[in-house]
Amino acid sequence: MRILVVEDDKDVAGFVVRGLREAGHVVEHADNGRDGLFMAASESFDAVILDRMLPGGIDGLKILETLRAQKNAVPVLILSAMAEVDDRVKGLKAGSDDYLTKPFAFAELLARVEALNRRGKGEGPVTKLVVEDLELDLLSRQVKRAGQKIDLQPREFRLLEYLMRHAGQVVTRTMLLEGVWDYHFDPQTNVIDVHVSRLRQKVDKPFPTGLIHTVRNAGYMLRAEQP
Amino acid sequence: MTDRGLFRSAGFRFGAIYALLLGLSATALALFLWWATAGLLDRQTEAAINADAQGLSERWAEGGLPSLIVTIEDRLAQNVDDDAIYFLADRAMHRVAGNLERWPPNVSTPGPLYEIQVMRAGIKSLANVQRFDLPGGFHLLIGRDVQVRAQLRGLLTDALLWAILVVGLMATIGALVVRNLFRRTLANISATTSAIASGDLAKRVRLTGRGDEFDQVAEVINDMLDRITRLMDGVRQVSNAIAHDLRTPITRARTRLEDAAIHAQTPDDLRAAIERATMDLDGIVGVFQALLRISEIEAGTRRSAFTRVDIAPMLGEVEELYGALAEEQGIALVVVAAREVPAYGDKALIHQAIANLVDNAVKFSPSGGTVRVTASTLGKVEITVTDEGPGIPASERARATERFYRGESARSTPGSGLGLSLVAAVANLHGGELRLEDNNPGLRAVLVLPNPEDPAPRAAALQSKHDFI
Repeated sequence: MRILVVEDDKDVAGFVVRGLREAGHVVEHADNGRDGLFMAASESFDAVILDRMLPGGIDGLKILETLRAQKNAVPVLILSAMAEVDDRVKGLKAGSDDYLTKPFAFAELLARVEALNRRGKGEGPVTKLVVEDLELDLLSRQVKRAGQKIDLQPREFRLLEYLMRHAGQVVTRTMLLEGVWDYHFDPQTNVIDVHVSRLRQKVDKPFPTGLIHTVRNAGYMLRAEQP
Repeated sequence: MTDRGLFRSAGFRFGAIYALLLGLSATALALFLWWATAGLLDRQTEAAINADAQGLSERWAEGGLPSLIVTIEDRLAQNVDDDAIYFLADRAMHRVAGNLERWPPNVSTPGPLYEIQVMRAGIKSLANVQRFDLPGGFHLLIGRDVQVRAQLRGLLTDALLWAILVVGLMATIGALVVRNLFRRTLANISATTSAIASGDLAKRVRLTGRGDEFDQVAEVINDMLDRITRLMDGVRQVSNAIAHDLRTPITRARTRLEDAAIHAQTPDDLRAAIERATMDLDGIVGVFQALLRISEIEAGTRRSAFTRVDIAPMLGEVEELYGALAEEQGIALVVVAAREVPAYGDKALIHQAIANLVDNAVKFSPSGGTVRVTASTLGKVEITVTDEGPGIPASERARATERFYRGESARSTPGSGLGLSLVAAVANLHGGELRLEDNNPGLRAVLVLPNPEDPAPRAAALQSKHDFI
């Protein structure tokens, strides 16, 4: 992915840029609002990571609004220390695709940015998700693995659907809470782990290979076994 | 109270208004008195002259000049009060009949009423006279001696002038009294508020107990001060909590890092220590976020997001989310609710509050226990979550919603001690409450929300109960 990072804090920016490059992405960096807007508007990116409070007279929201006014639909993730509910709502209303508050775990940022990429491509009307021998039919709401039918509860179905839509990408617990349960707060207990482990019981346990993997310090990933 | 110039003082203004009103009413009264006495006398004189003129002109019509002369002389003879004035003159203004020596020089035209000096029997006197011209070149003067009345009028004028002086004096004194009363009443409030401004937050405005407007203002101010104090206490509580309760995890993270920097033998040791420290920091961030969210809720700004919400599907979702966890720990999670549980509030916050209660219940329930979630809508909406865990002793229940409170039995379980604080804050925001009761055994937490049929319960609660001004 080609990613633009607009962030004025040197340490945070350096860390993010290095991390994204290590994950195999091409990264450009702007350390003020003016350059950020110029680069975002004149070049083509797969995703933009945008800080809200920026020097240079143009803040993150202004950049976002300007881009959207120009019909630029590049996926944008706002990365901000402004963490109140209203701030988040304001950011999403201005046209951002995701909102992550500082301080953040890099794994969370990476997972969310990579998830943006998939979303940005506009997958069209997909009716069937397939990963290796696992099939999920969105119309008949049936799940099969190796031709064998698997019975899932409605929420387990949505959990599996979310994991399959992001197959090959890390999905964090927060993303699952937001995407599957529509919870925008962290429960104090590890409820997500319980749900994932139940899903595993049905999807992975009866079969020789596991598809749902735990990614340490980050979350989960559904992917085909690497050869 | 500082004196900021006489005219900018409200006390002076009130005093001046009092003086003005008193002056106006006194003037109105004086004018009426004048009209009713002196004015009445004048009108009587005029009426008497008109009646005389009427009578004399009838005589003239009946019997001509001789009859008129006789009548004048008769009338003069019969005039007991000796106040009538008649003078009949010929063409050359010489006297024909009457009780004046000659025609008064000023009275030149018929019609208007003249007030003139006359000499009667050698005594100077004041008279109101009117001139009538008769056919044949005769001129008739009819009048009344008003010397006594003029004296009376003078007396009245003097009295009224004195009265105005007295009224002016009274108005000034009254104005001063009003101003001082006003100042003294305000001084009470002013002294309190300036004491508070200089840091003495325990001061309250003294009530006179009369329940008047000033008492109502004082009550409103005291209510406001109470709220400010509560908010300040909240802030103080949070800063204390941050100072004490966050010190522990921060110390732990710091120690881990320092220890690793000094003692780690291999890169793997170092990495493991850093990872653990990062997790500690994440925990600290989580606590911060919870604290900020509680303050955000307590600030009351989220009230704009209130709508009608149905709690039944929320309960379903919470059951769905925690059911798996409960089952894994051998706990039965039972949710009993009507198909629809309408409420009025912030959907996300109510959802989170319920989730927190269930989270707590599942966390503290022993294996084999039952967590029961019920919702009732008899007037108020009551969401009850019960568990069969250790519960909270009655003596500690009041403190259980304080930030960072952790019961004895909770010391060994993970958690920040902010869950119930948040639920209580959400309840308060909605004008409801969080009740903690004994479930014998376990805890019974009841989240009470106001009746949704009263769509602005909190707004009403915020409005002053006083209706003055």
